[in-house]
Formats: sequence, structure tokens, C-alpha cells
Amino acid sequence: MAKRKATINQKQCVACGCCMKVCPRGAIAIPNGVCAQVDKGLCVGCGLCARECPASVIALEEVAE
Amino acid sequence: MKQKKRWYDYLWIASLTYLILGFFNILFAWLELLCFFIPLLIAVIKGNKAYCNKYCGRGQLFSLVGGRFGLSRKKDVPQWIKSAYFRYGFLIFFFTMFFLMLWNTYLVFAGARDLRTTVTLLWTFKLPWHWAYHGTLFSDGVAQFAFGFYSVMLTSTVLGFVTMLLFKPRSWCVYCPMGTMTQLICKAKHTFSSRE
Repeated sequence: MAKRKATINQKQCVACGCCMKVCPRGAIAIPNGVCAQVDKGLCVGCGLCARECPASVIALEEVAE
Repeated sequence: MKQKKRWYDYLWIASLTYLILGFFNILFAWLELLCFFIPLLIAVIKGNKAYCNKYCGRGQLFSLVGGRFGLSRKKDVPQWIKSAYFRYGFLIFFFTMFFLMLWNTYLVFAGARDLRTTVTLLWTFKLPWHWAYHGTLFSDGVAQFAFGFYSVMLTSTVLGFVTMLLFKPRSWCVYCPMGTMTQLICKAKHTFSSRE
């Protein structure tokens, strides 16, 4: 079964850090203040970040295992 | 899942206090210069957006009022607000108005103009604010800067509040000039350092 993971549209990410704050797994980081990055290994696809993101640039996408 | 609160999760209290203090004595506006220089210094020296990510009291205030208290429609912001044109355009506009404010302050310092005890909301509406002015030990320009700077902060708070109601709680973060600028600095810094 395919799993859902948070995917960030890096072009439109404003690097505000809202996603990082709500992530229960600490799977999101904003290296060098450029844009948010998801550690796909840690992401459980809960969608909290996608709901929080003020720019709505996070989507849950299915990734093949 | 509840995450452990840290000291900086309470910085919204400072933001709120600052706004309230401006109603009593306008000179407190000088304090908010910290919120101007700290994010820039963090971006320039450390090369990250820790200010937005952790310390921004205004963002916390919006997420508290819009999120916890539910004063937000929680809808997506329109596409044009996220566009680079709007974000950079707003940054340029904001800074043009900021330098205009500095110029007006200079005129008062230089004695070419009298102190105006008004707060200008949304760059247009002049609100009488004389009750918050009790004189200054220094030049009138010191007070003029306070009125000008408080105008900037109040305007951006009002804008942020409106977009909080209409869209997601922290919609302000999408077009916040400080956020755009610090991200720009970080991007530039990162591009140059990875080239070496």
C-alpha cells in the first residue's frame, strides 16, 4: 500500500516555520532559512503541517514504498 | 500531540504588551526596533530564519487568536498573495513608506517641521494620538520617530489581523516584509556559501 507523505512546494515556501512547530515527529526542518524540508523517513503523513501552513504549500502525496 | 512549551513560546505576550504600551506612551515604540534588528542580525550572522521559526511574537499572537480562539476562516490565501511579485512588491512598498517616515522624522529633527502627534494607519488615515504623548527629554524628532514607527507596527498588525480573519491564522507570514527580507538574505547567503 502506498503511504502518504507531506510534500512541500519549495518555490512558494516562505520558511515561516509553522509546519516545523506543529509536526509531532519533528520531521520538518528549515535548513539555512531557505525553505522547509520534510524527512520522509520520519513523516507519518498526519497532515497537521498541511493544515497549519499559512501559504498552503504543503500537500500530502502518495509515495510508493 | 502536545509539545513542551519553551520560554520563547510566550513572546506573544511581549508583542501584545508593546501594542498596548503605545496607547499610553508613544515612546515605547522605540522598543520595537528590536523586532526589526534581531531577525536581520540572525539572518545575516547565523544565516537562518530562527526569528520567524521560533521567536516571532506577532506570529504567535496570530496563531493564538486565529488558531486557539478560532478567529479565522482557515481558508487558503489567494494565489496572488503568495506570488513573488506581490511579496517582493509589498517589501519594496513597505520600505519606501518606511524611508518616507524616516525622512519626515529627519525633518522634525532638523526643525523644518513641527511634531505631529498622529498615528497613520494603513499609510492614509491619520488618527489623533496626542494622549500618548507626554513630552520628551530629547528632540521632538525622537517622538516623531516613535509615532512613525508605531504607525508602521499598528498598520502591519491590522493588515495581519484582517488576513488572519479571512485566511489562515498566520497569513501575515506569507507577505510579512521582514520574513521576505530575511528569507532573501538567507537564500543569498546560502547560494554564495555553497558556491565556494
